Amino acid sequence: MLFISIMIIIYRRNKMKKILLVLSSFLLISFNTYADDMRIALVVKGLGIGFFEAAAEGGEEAAKEIGGIEVIYTGPATTTAEAQIEVINSLIAQKVDAIAISANDRDALVPIGKKAMQRGITVISWDSGIGEDGRVMNLDPSNTALIGSSNIKWMKNSMGDEGEFAILSATSQATNQNAWIEEMKKEFAKPEYSKMKWVDTVYGDDLFDKSYQEALGLFKKHPNLKGIIAPTSVGIVAAAKAVEDQGLVGKVFVTGLGLPSEMKAHVKSGAAIQFGIWNPIDLGYSAVYLSHQIASGAFKGQEGECIPTGRMGEICIGAGNSAAMADPFIFDASNIDKFAEIF
Amino acid sequence: MMKNLIPDNPPFKLINILYKKEFILFMVFLSIIIINSNISPYFLDLYNLIDSTFLFSEKAIIALSMTFVIIARQIDLSVASIIAVSSCVLGYTTSVGFDTYLVISFTLLSGILCGAFNGLIITRFAIPSIIVTIGTMSLFRGLAYSFLEDQYYNKFPKFVVSLGSDYLFGYIPYAFLTFIIMSLIFAFILHRTIIGKRIYSIGNNPDSAQYTGIDVDRYTFILFTLNGLFSAVAAIFLSGRLSSVRPNIAFGWELEIITMVVLGGVYIYGGSGSILGVVISIFILGMLSFGLGLLNVPGVGIIIFTGLLLILSIGFPSFVKYFRSKNE
Repeated sequence: MLFISIMIIIYRRNKMKKILLVLSSFLLISFNTYADDMRIALVVKGLGIGFFEAAAEGGEEAAKEIGGIEVIYTGPATTTAEAQIEVINSLIAQKVDAIAISANDRDALVPIGKKAMQRGITVISWDSGIGEDGRVMNLDPSNTALIGSSNIKWMKNSMGDEGEFAILSATSQATNQNAWIEEMKKEFAKPEYSKMKWVDTVYGDDLFDKSYQEALGLFKKHPNLKGIIAPTSVGIVAAAKAVEDQGLVGKVFVTGLGLPSEMKAHVKSGAAIQFGIWNPIDLGYSAVYLSHQIASGAFKGQEGECIPTGRMGEICIGAGNSAAMADPFIFDASNIDKFAEIF
Repeated sequence: MMKNLIPDNPPFKLINILYKKEFILFMVFLSIIIINSNISPYFLDLYNLIDSTFLFSEKAIIALSMTFVIIARQIDLSVASIIAVSSCVLGYTTSVGFDTYLVISFTLLSGILCGAFNGLIITRFAIPSIIVTIGTMSLFRGLAYSFLEDQYYNKFPKFVVSLGSDYLFGYIPYAFLTFIIMSLIFAFILHRTIIGKRIYSIGNNPDSAQYTGIDVDRYTFILFTLNGLFSAVAAIFLSGRLSSVRPNIAFGWELEIITMVVLGGVYIYGGSGSILGVVISIFILGMLSFGLGLLNVPGVGIIIFTGLLLILSIGFPSFVKYFRSKNE
């Protein structure tokens, strides 16, 4: 894949000082496509997010294990549905075999998902789902109910069973975060949390700056705040950083879902006592593995099927053609060093 | 001293075509097509090319009216925020159960009002448009955020959804068709009517235009209103295509649209430029991002390429001038 295009400008100084523009030498060497390999695209919400980079690693691992698979790891520069549609559009044009998407917008990606399926491409969603019409199956990282209740439990473990806390989420329409917040509400209704007060829910749009500003806003608005739950890997780091910068370590505790490598410093500083996440490597691995199983025709990805997924064992598809991968894993001072090395 | 030629009625010489911005742009466009089709086997595929027009048609529609605004020595940074407002109006009027034609009328009206608001502030209080529209960019976006808060709309009239995602005769997307028809109309108005001539003369020198009897304020007001209207038209296509309206819809589009116009050879200080140039530049940017997308170049890479292309093609005449003066 090499091309050189040279524009040569010849100046003629005599007479009319004409400029001759010569567009020349297109040295073009054709680009090899691996027509024999099955091409599976792993589309993420946005590039440069640690969680998704780890998922891509898992995807590559699955590809190596199965063999004959080329994984195209891609995503937009901005975490909007419009930009993601543009990426998916070019994947459809490339006639890839399967597209596995972590969606920025549940509804906006349905039409493009439908279009991909009309062109014979297997579409699944993972991590953050697409509406049922726009994909074959959806792989949730974990059980939604369990993630929701775990977050509230971690909050209680971190700040004690009394005081004010707030939620710092991703975008207001992020499919997964909203589902978890619903589950948090259910867990929070239990009597053991009666002395805790849920004072606010704000949205940092999965952008570090915005999340940081929202966290500062929370400190100002609620001077007695004791805890922040950020169920997003961007938000939790921003919140922990804000706690440290404002000298609130020991007064405000951050928990939620984050990456051990990004949270290591904040656990050491005391801004976060414990937090959790499922393993993104496993998630990327399962997404690619499932895409292969369905695109190859071995499985349909329908409710009731249990699909063998390599080292993850069998993943069973439930209602709404949706499946859950595994339970969230808890990180604290005792194991953060070990996992920070991994992802 | 360099002599400034008045572009009207230059003596025809073949070599003069080479000097034209449109020619350079067309060459860039051809190179992109040639390079792309050599690199990716999927580029020259009718369906793919048609589908790729979805990704720039909405922006292109606004770029046309933005061309008028910039030629008249103004700028409008609030267009993307007007899209957000109009999309919210579209979603809201649908949700309260209005008929399709009412929904569309209200959406267009909201765009007109936003544009007229810009125009009114700019002309009445003589504040530079860049300042006013930086303000309304936040103002309109803020309205959309405060109106929708954490909610979003995902129900739209069938007609709107079909406008945004269907094809005429199964081939031509409606948004693209609208863009092509509008570009013909805009080219006619700009290059063949007295209105166009007046817009050029306003851009060249607003004061002297005023003295020749052109109501500059009235033109400015109408151009901003028109820009608002076209933002609303784009909002209808975009909401229909996405089937989802959130307050951050079309975020950052204002700069992409201005890039389309400026790359098309429209002088940022007003007074010169052509619809043909803008149309070619729209295709250049569309095909560039589509081609890079086919190679799975990440979005950041596409932004870098666009920036380089902008500097190269806009700066080209200046580079030539610089090197020529060095040689002398």
